[in-house]
Amino acid sequence: MAETLLRVENLVTTFSTTEGKVSAVRGVSFSVRKGETLCIVGESGCGKSITSLSIMRLLPNNGTIESGSIEFAGRDLVKLSKEELRRIRGNEISMIFQEPMTALNPVFTVGYQLREPLMLHQKLSKREAHERSIELLKQVGIPFPEKRMKQYPHELSGGMRQRVMIAMALACHPSLLIADEPTTALDVTIQAQILDLINELKQKLNMAVILITHDMGVVAEMADRVMVMYAGEKVEEGDVESIFANPRHPYTKGLLKSVPSVDDEEYSLEPIPGTLPSLHERIDGCRFHPRCPFATDQCRTAPPPEKTISASHSVRCWLEEGAHSHEPVQAATS
Amino acid sequence: MSQSKQPLLKLENVKKYYPIRGGLLRRIQGYVKAVENVSLDVFAGESIGIVGESGCGKSTLGRTILGLEEATGGAIFFRGEEISRLPERQRKKWKKEMQMVFQDPYASLNPRQRIGHALEEAFVIHTNMTKAEREERVLQLLQEVGLRPEHYDRYPHEFSGGQRQRIGIARAIALNPSLVICDEAVSALDVSVQAQIIKLLKDIQEKHELTYLFISHDLGVVRHFCNRVLVMYLGHAVELAPSRELYANPLHPYTKALLSAIPRPKPGVKRERIRLEGDLPNPANPPKGCPFHTRCPVATERCKQERPEWKEAASSHFVACHEVK
Repeated sequence: MAETLLRVENLVTTFSTTEGKVSAVRGVSFSVRKGETLCIVGESGCGKSITSLSIMRLLPNNGTIESGSIEFAGRDLVKLSKEELRRIRGNEISMIFQEPMTALNPVFTVGYQLREPLMLHQKLSKREAHERSIELLKQVGIPFPEKRMKQYPHELSGGMRQRVMIAMALACHPSLLIADEPTTALDVTIQAQILDLINELKQKLNMAVILITHDMGVVAEMADRVMVMYAGEKVEEGDVESIFANPRHPYTKGLLKSVPSVDDEEYSLEPIPGTLPSLHERIDGCRFHPRCPFATDQCRTAPPPEKTISASHSVRCWLEEGAHSHEPVQAATS
Repeated sequence: MSQSKQPLLKLENVKKYYPIRGGLLRRIQGYVKAVENVSLDVFAGESIGIVGESGCGKSTLGRTILGLEEATGGAIFFRGEEISRLPERQRKKWKKEMQMVFQDPYASLNPRQRIGHALEEAFVIHTNMTKAEREERVLQLLQEVGLRPEHYDRYPHEFSGGQRQRIGIARAIALNPSLVICDEAVSALDVSVQAQIIKLLKDIQEKHELTYLFISHDLGVVRHFCNRVLVMYLGHAVELAPSRELYANPLHPYTKALLSAIPRPKPGVKRERIRLEGDLPNPANPPKGCPFHTRCPVATERCKQERPEWKEAASSHFVACHEVK
């Protein structure tokens, strides 16, 4: 088994807002091994993006990491100074964002933005950086890289911009790549190209990837392991086969059933009732209980403990504690 | 699917070009051909999906049908009457027959208007109801789309995305239209909420005998929702078939590529993926011949020169491709 690259323990991230302090991430723990892809799944507002921004220490001004540790290659990122972090970001850990147009600087050429990390982190000369950038653009499958170097982000298509972002992220051979919904804004044919590219490069560079997405199809395609988040908490974690074949948390099951299938016509959609709670809402017990069809009194009063199903599969749900019948769930899945 | 003699909506070679102006005198220098020669019969009670990637003209087609954009060429018949050239005044009676649900309901609601009043407006314009009657009807509508009476006095920002889409739907069905165009109506929603809205749209269709034009880029949702599917590429219709047929037996290489590109929620299953190279060509400067030939894996010399005809390859399965016999 490959060694652990990143270990997040009990991460709590809060935001101070006009309505008081709210917790976006509530005690999340997970780890990523070298060369592994971890998918973080959940709907908007579940804290998946904030988790990744916390790792990068790129939280907005009103956000703070309240407690917990983020251990990356032997260092605790939470305790590092700004200067030390700057040396890690874009070098050892890099990030791809959902909207490449907003992540790229519109007033600098693609070439300038690609050269910058190379000159900064790898101390290359401008000419060396230039040549290396062209190589990188070739690597991500951009035709006419010399021409693209002189262009500005607005002159490129969405798929092309995302490739530039990836080229930039990979410039210094990071050991961890965090991709926050990298293909959500793209069309499916372009999405397929980008996903293939990430997989290909991951294998070539033996890079670990944290992929944040809400698309279960993308998860199945990319993940080695999956972490499902709901309302700031991890509700289930497991290897990708277990999560799809044997989901244990009612929310994971619900998510899987809410996706209309392309291949199966007779497929019946089963929406999860209700809506995601807002961060301000106070929920006692299990955070999913107001939407859960199997909620009991216990779920309403006490938060469920984490239960290990197998070595690579764990879930936080009172139903797993054996006190309650599992029947309705089983009936629904069969 | 009801196969009544006369289609509810008939499109004949509908075109929509946008002029590109430039130079000192802002002369027209060319056109972006957003929709090019699309023909389609829509029968009462069916749901037709219009799919394609961004920029393929699917939204423009929807807007042109509603008259939000003026068609550049071709004809649009609604219940047998040509509507694309009608003056504004005469259009009004058709307007309540055709409604639209937009992708972002927040953008289509006035942030300073209470939901109840926003919904009431349609009745003020199109009916002679009294204030009390209107209010009663709005409350009825709210209930129908799964909202509560107390929502009447709230403002748009007080609602979640799913609830706003419910308001969008309530607004669309207020005047009992016969045709509702859903333009990416569920695309912006989270999956759990998306499934709720799809269910709601289906329930409403059954109750009001609605006909849907369902514009979406999500082929999973479309399969689930529609009887027939029209695939568009760069303003052109490339394939039209009953859903079952299209998903089981796609004929056009673009449809095949599109279907193969969707990530399936089944880990470990390695699919044969047809990789399309490159991006969508610029619609202001579309390729000659078949619009898809630049990215098509089976393109021949002929595809570069000749535009393929729209033909019926199998029973009610239409396709525009030279390579399909």
